[in-house]
Amino acid sequence: MSVISKDPALLHDGDEPDNRAISEIVELQMGPSHPATHGTIKFNLKLDGETVIACDTEVGYLHRGFEKMCEQGTWTQTIPYTDRLNYASPLINNFLFCEAAERLAGVTVPERCSYIRTILSEMSRVADHLTCLGMSATEVGAISVGFYMVEAREILYNLSQHITGARVTVSYGRIGGLTRDLPDDFEERMRAAIAHTRTVMGDAEKLLERNRIFIQRMAGVGIISKEDTISYGITGPLLRATGVRRDLRKDEPYMMYDRVEFNVPVGTKGDNWDRFSVRFEEVIESLKIIEQLLGQIEPGPVKVDDPTIYMPDKAKVYNSIEGLMAQFKIVIEGVRIPAGEIYFAGEAANGELGFFLVSDGSGRPYRVRVRPPCFYAMGALAQMLVGGGIADIISTFGMINMIGGECDR
Amino acid sequence: MQGFIDSLLATTTTGLSRELAYLGGMIGFGALVVFGFILPMAGITSWLERRVWAKIQSRVGPNRVGPGGFLQWLADGLKNLLKEDVIPEAADPTLFRLAPYIVVAGFVAAFVAIPFAGSLIIADLNIGILYISAVTSLVVVGILMAGWSSNNRWSMLGGIRSASQIISYEIPAGLSVFPVVLLSGTLSMQGIIENQGWAPVDWHMFHSPFTLAAFLMSYIALLAEGNRTPFDLPEAESELVAGFATEYSGMRSLLFFLAEWGNLYVIGAIMATLFMGGWQVPAFTDNVVLLTVAQFGMFFAKTYFWVFVAMWIRATLPRVRVDQLMSLCWKYMVPIAMVNMFGTALVMVVIPEGSRLMSYALCGLMLFGLVRFGRRVNYHLKRSRRYDTVGAIMPV
Repeated sequence: MSVISKDPALLHDGDEPDNRAISEIVELQMGPSHPATHGTIKFNLKLDGETVIACDTEVGYLHRGFEKMCEQGTWTQTIPYTDRLNYASPLINNFLFCEAAERLAGVTVPERCSYIRTILSEMSRVADHLTCLGMSATEVGAISVGFYMVEAREILYNLSQHITGARVTVSYGRIGGLTRDLPDDFEERMRAAIAHTRTVMGDAEKLLERNRIFIQRMAGVGIISKEDTISYGITGPLLRATGVRRDLRKDEPYMMYDRVEFNVPVGTKGDNWDRFSVRFEEVIESLKIIEQLLGQIEPGPVKVDDPTIYMPDKAKVYNSIEGLMAQFKIVIEGVRIPAGEIYFAGEAANGELGFFLVSDGSGRPYRVRVRPPCFYAMGALAQMLVGGGIADIISTFGMINMIGGECDR
Repeated sequence: MQGFIDSLLATTTTGLSRELAYLGGMIGFGALVVFGFILPMAGITSWLERRVWAKIQSRVGPNRVGPGGFLQWLADGLKNLLKEDVIPEAADPTLFRLAPYIVVAGFVAAFVAIPFAGSLIIADLNIGILYISAVTSLVVVGILMAGWSSNNRWSMLGGIRSASQIISYEIPAGLSVFPVVLLSGTLSMQGIIENQGWAPVDWHMFHSPFTLAAFLMSYIALLAEGNRTPFDLPEAESELVAGFATEYSGMRSLLFFLAEWGNLYVIGAIMATLFMGGWQVPAFTDNVVLLTVAQFGMFFAKTYFWVFVAMWIRATLPRVRVDQLMSLCWKYMVPIAMVNMFGTALVMVVIPEGSRLMSYALCGLMLFGLVRFGRRVNYHLKRSRRYDTVGAIMPV
C-alpha cells in the first residue's frame, strides 16, 4: 500500500541512504491541513519506520501578496495589512511599521505615545508567547496547560479589545501617533491581567518545568547549533536558545526600551527545552517591563501636532478650512513621506521583524518589504527534524511558532 | 440462567426445543446487558470525562442536553448513527467494516467475568483474570485491522504503534497479576475477591511492598493497554491526525471511542478486583438484596475512582514518545514486575500467614501519602480561588 520503494534513488541529491537494515522508505506528506501544521505548511517527509530521514518544507500556502498590496494604498492604509502579519501579536507589527515610517519621515512621536507603544508591544509579546507555549504543551498532550494559558491570553485580548476595539485586527498605530489614548481603567486592568498571567505561569511551571515526560519530549530534540542558527539568519527566542544574547530591545533600543531594566534569557543547547524556557522567562521579563513602564508613564498627547503627518482633531476639521484641507490631503493623498529608504527592525515575539520601506515622495509606499522572523527558521527546519521521529516534528514545529500570516505574507 | 429457562419451558407449552430456548435466552440476556448496561455506561463515562476535563481546564463542558449535559452521550450517539458511513474507495471494505466490531467485542466480552457483586457476575470462570487479559487484547486485532484496511499512512502508523504498544504492555500487566494469583491461589475473579476483606489492610495491595508495587505497575500497564494518556500514541491527534481511526466516520468511528471509554471501566474493575477488595463490604445485614446493592455500589465506587484517576492523568500529563514508551516498558516495567512476582513468592515462603504489621504499615504509608497530596491540592485550590477574584475575566 503506502510503501514506496527501497530505492535510494528516491532520496534527494546528497542524502546518504541509511544503511542500517533499511526496511522500506515511506513517503508521507504532512500537511497542509494536519492538526499540527497550524499556519498551513507542508512537510514532505521520508520515513524509515518512524524516523525522519529527509524533510522538505513547503511554505507559501498563506501567501496573499502583502508587500504588493501595500503599494496600492496610502501609508496609513498599509497599517491594517500589518495586523495580519503575526496575528498572535498584531500590535507589535503595527507599531514597528509606524516606527519605521516615522523614522523615514523624520518624525518624533510624543513620549506618552512611545510609552503606550512599548507597554502594548510587551502585552502582545506576552499574548504571543502564551499562545506558543500553551499550544506546544497541548500538542505534546498536556492539554490543561494550554487552556490555562489561553485563558490568560483571553484577558489580554479582552484588554486589547477594550483599548483598540478589536482582538486581532487592531490597527491601533498611526504614523505619528496612535488612534486614541488609553482608556481610564487601563492601568488597573493591566495590573489585574499581570497578576493573573503570573498565576498561570506559576501553574504552568509546576505542571511542566519538572514534569519528566514533558522534559523528555522537549530536551535534546530539534537541536541546531549556534553557528548554523546565525548563518540561517534565525533571530529571537530561537537564537537566544542557542546561547547568543541578541535582543534588539537591548542592543538597538527603540521606543522606551532604554528606560527599563530587564534580562535577556538565553539557553545553552538550542533544543526545544531551551526554546521553551527562553520564551517562558521572556513572559516573566515582559511582565516586569510593563510594570516598570506603568510606573513611568505620564499624561500627555499621544500624537504629533503636525497636520501633514497626523489628521487634525475633528473640531478643527469641522470648523476651519485648514483642518478640513489637512484631513482631505491625508485621506486622499496619504501622508507625504520624503523620498528615501529605510530598514528598521525591532524585536517582535518571534525575533527580528524588519520593515524595509522605500518612499518616492508621494503619499503611497513605493516598496514595502517585510523581514518576517519565522521565515528563516523554516529554512532550518529540515535540519532540526532529520534524525528525529514523527512525534518530534510536533514539538519542534510548535516551538518555532511559525505564523503563516507573517511567514508567507 | 439455565434453570430460569427450564422453569419457563415447564410452565409454557410452546413447542420450542430446549437448545433453541437456551440460545434465545442467552442472546436476549446478552443484549439486555450490552445495550442496557455496558454501552450506556461507556457513554456516560464519555460525558463524565468531558465534564471532569472541563472542570480541570476551567471550562464549562457539555451542559445543554439534559441536566448538567448528562444526556450528551445519547445525543452524540444518535447524531453519529444518522451520519453517512463513508468507506474510502481504496480501503479493504470487508476488513474496514469488521474492525470496529472486533474492538467493541473485545471490550464487551470482558464484562462476562467482571464481578459486580457477590452474586452478580455473568460467569464466574475459573480462569477469570486470564480470560479478561485475553479478550481485552482482542482490541489490538481490531485496531491493527482498522489501521491496515484504511489504506492510509496515518492509519497504518497508528495501527502499528498500537500493536507494538499493546503487545509490549501485555507483559508487565500480566506479570503484575501473578502476585495476586499467588496470594489467592486462584484465577477466578470471585475467588480473588473472596481472598480479601473489606478493610484496606486486608486488600492485596497492602499485603507486602511487592504487591503495592505490582498494584502501581498494573495500573500503568493497563493505562497503556487501554491507549490512555500518557500512552495514547496510537491516536495522538496532533501527530497522526486521528491514528487508526482517521478514515472512520459516523458510528464506526464512535465505536472505537466507545470501546476506549468502556475499557476504562474494565481497567478500573480489574484494579478494584485484584488489589482493592472488589465488592467486599462489612456484613451489616442478612438481607441478600440489600447486601448485593451495597456490594454493587462499593464495586462501582472503587471502579469509578480509577476511571476518574485516568481522566485526571489525561488532563495533566503530556504524552510520551514511541521510543520512550518502549524503553519504559522493557527497561523498567518488565523487570520491576518480575521482581514483584518473585518478591511476593518470597514473602509468602518467609511469612506464610502474612504480616498484619506490614499491612498496617503500608496502609499508613499510603494514607500519609494521600494526606500530603490532599494538603498540596488544597493549597493550590485555595490559591487559585484567591486569584480568581483578582484576575477574573472582565467584561469588555
